[in-house]
Amino acid sequence: MLDIVNISKTFNPGTVNEKKALSGVSLHMERGDFATIVGSNGAGKSTLFNAIAGGFITDQGSISLAGRDITYEAEYRRSRQMGHLFQDPMRGTAPHMTIEENMALAYLRAGKSQRAYFSRVSKADKAAFREQLARLGMGLEDRMRQSVGLLSGGQRQALALLMATMVPPDLLLLDEHTAALDPETADKVLTLTREIVAGGNITCLMVTHNMKNALELGNRTLMMDSGRIVLDVGGEARKNMTVEELLVQFKENVGKGLDNDRILLS
Amino acid sequence: MLYIVQTALEAGALYAPVALALFLSYSILDIADLTTDGSFTLGCAVSAMVCLAGHPILAIPAAMAAAAAAGFITAFLQTKLAVPSILAGIVTNIGLYTVNLMVMGSSNRSIFRRETIFSLAEGLGLGSATKLVVCAVVVLAMCAALVWFLGTRLGLSIRATGDNKDMVRASSINPNFTITVGLCLANAMTGLSGALVVQSTSSADVNMGTGMVVIGLAALVIGETLIGKGSMVRRVLGVLAGSIIYRIIYAAALRANLPAEYMKLVSAIIVGAAIAAPAIKRWIGFEKQKHAALAERRDHRA
Repeated sequence: MLDIVNISKTFNPGTVNEKKALSGVSLHMERGDFATIVGSNGAGKSTLFNAIAGGFITDQGSISLAGRDITYEAEYRRSRQMGHLFQDPMRGTAPHMTIEENMALAYLRAGKSQRAYFSRVSKADKAAFREQLARLGMGLEDRMRQSVGLLSGGQRQALALLMATMVPPDLLLLDEHTAALDPETADKVLTLTREIVAGGNITCLMVTHNMKNALELGNRTLMMDSGRIVLDVGGEARKNMTVEELLVQFKENVGKGLDNDRILLS
Repeated sequence: MLYIVQTALEAGALYAPVALALFLSYSILDIADLTTDGSFTLGCAVSAMVCLAGHPILAIPAAMAAAAAAGFITAFLQTKLAVPSILAGIVTNIGLYTVNLMVMGSSNRSIFRRETIFSLAEGLGLGSATKLVVCAVVVLAMCAALVWFLGTRLGLSIRATGDNKDMVRASSINPNFTITVGLCLANAMTGLSGALVVQSTSSADVNMGTGMVVIGLAALVIGETLIGKGSMVRRVLGVLAGSIIYRIIYAAALRANLPAEYMKLVSAIIVGAAIAAPAIKRWIGFEKQKHAALAERRDHRA
């Protein structure tokens, strides 16, 4: 499904601010794979997501998704096949548009023909939106005509998740999408994430600082350091792994301990 | 009195498309489009020339297309060539001055006694209300089209572009495309207004558009402040009402023997005050709180 071959990126090359953000990252994911990513500060987790989403063009290497080479495709074109959620819940939704309008936008973009500029949502579509909102269990289905700006951060993030997956994407990128939420809401959004990803058999990459989540969610765990993937565990090895063992593995592979001031060990 | 109201309604409808254009570019896309003055005049010029050639109805779409092309230039400058949006508008606007002179062949053109859409409509037997009815039909049709458009996929994309750029980039909308479509449409509306005004007054002048952006903003701000936000229908009709209210103020000011040139200053003050209002409110609130707190502290000490 996703094939990343040896991609590298250096920011500000040739200046004092030169930063090698990605160096020779390769990653292959099958359809339905759900990998969590942990790593030190500045390990390149968000940079990797940005490279996949098209925020910048990589210096070398290639990226293909669902059999199509997207290495040089513009960000807005890639996002037809991709959902991308950020840590900041404000980034995924338009605050001055209603819940219904936000959902319509997400639905119309991914569905039907890309050239159907004048298509509108039908009554049946709206009923479907209502049903999907009800799944969130946040009472949003009765507030469809309200501005999204009136919702809490957790509600906005849940809505953004729904919008990103309404038409199942080939790849879902979750960049610490629960980190800015209070623990209870974060749990709720994580549960939803699990349900939606499993339900749609969506290929998913998720950055997290919560080590327990990193081992519990999905079927693979990746660790990054200095712009490289230093550990990739899955299958039986991962099932029985504890957080302590994961950290020991990391130290063995990198030669130093995991250095992250925001890490949650439990 | 009735005459004043009718004139205000007429002028309100004639200039309403400018306010609606700014509603699209300023309120929705969050771009201050300074092409407005020039594209209004371009609408006037094209409309006048096509009327002189004998096609008053064709003059309307021709003026709109010409003004949309002007909007395209501004959009191209800011999306493809990274010119800051305000500067892009100013650059196009200055260039349009010459273009407008070229279109008209001189600094003004009269279409007096020529066929216009208003003279064509005289046969309908509406008497003195002819102008008002024609304007109202055209403008209401435009409002309906605008509301409809803003609910389509493209319209929603344009609204999202002005609301949350981050979201737009991550959701398969090309912001360069939506900005371009938005500015073309906005300027087409401005051009429509120019086309109607010329056919209504029977003369075109190269300076007709001067200050039009501020007049349009004044109408927009009045509409948004008095009618407020809400559904798209309400917002669009609010802008239309704002345009009419502005013209009523204008007519009243003229009645009070205020020279017509003074209206540009009045418009500037309305716009400046209305856009500054939130900041002024915040400042007053802060001062109030501070004085109350200081007074309490003094009482405490005493």
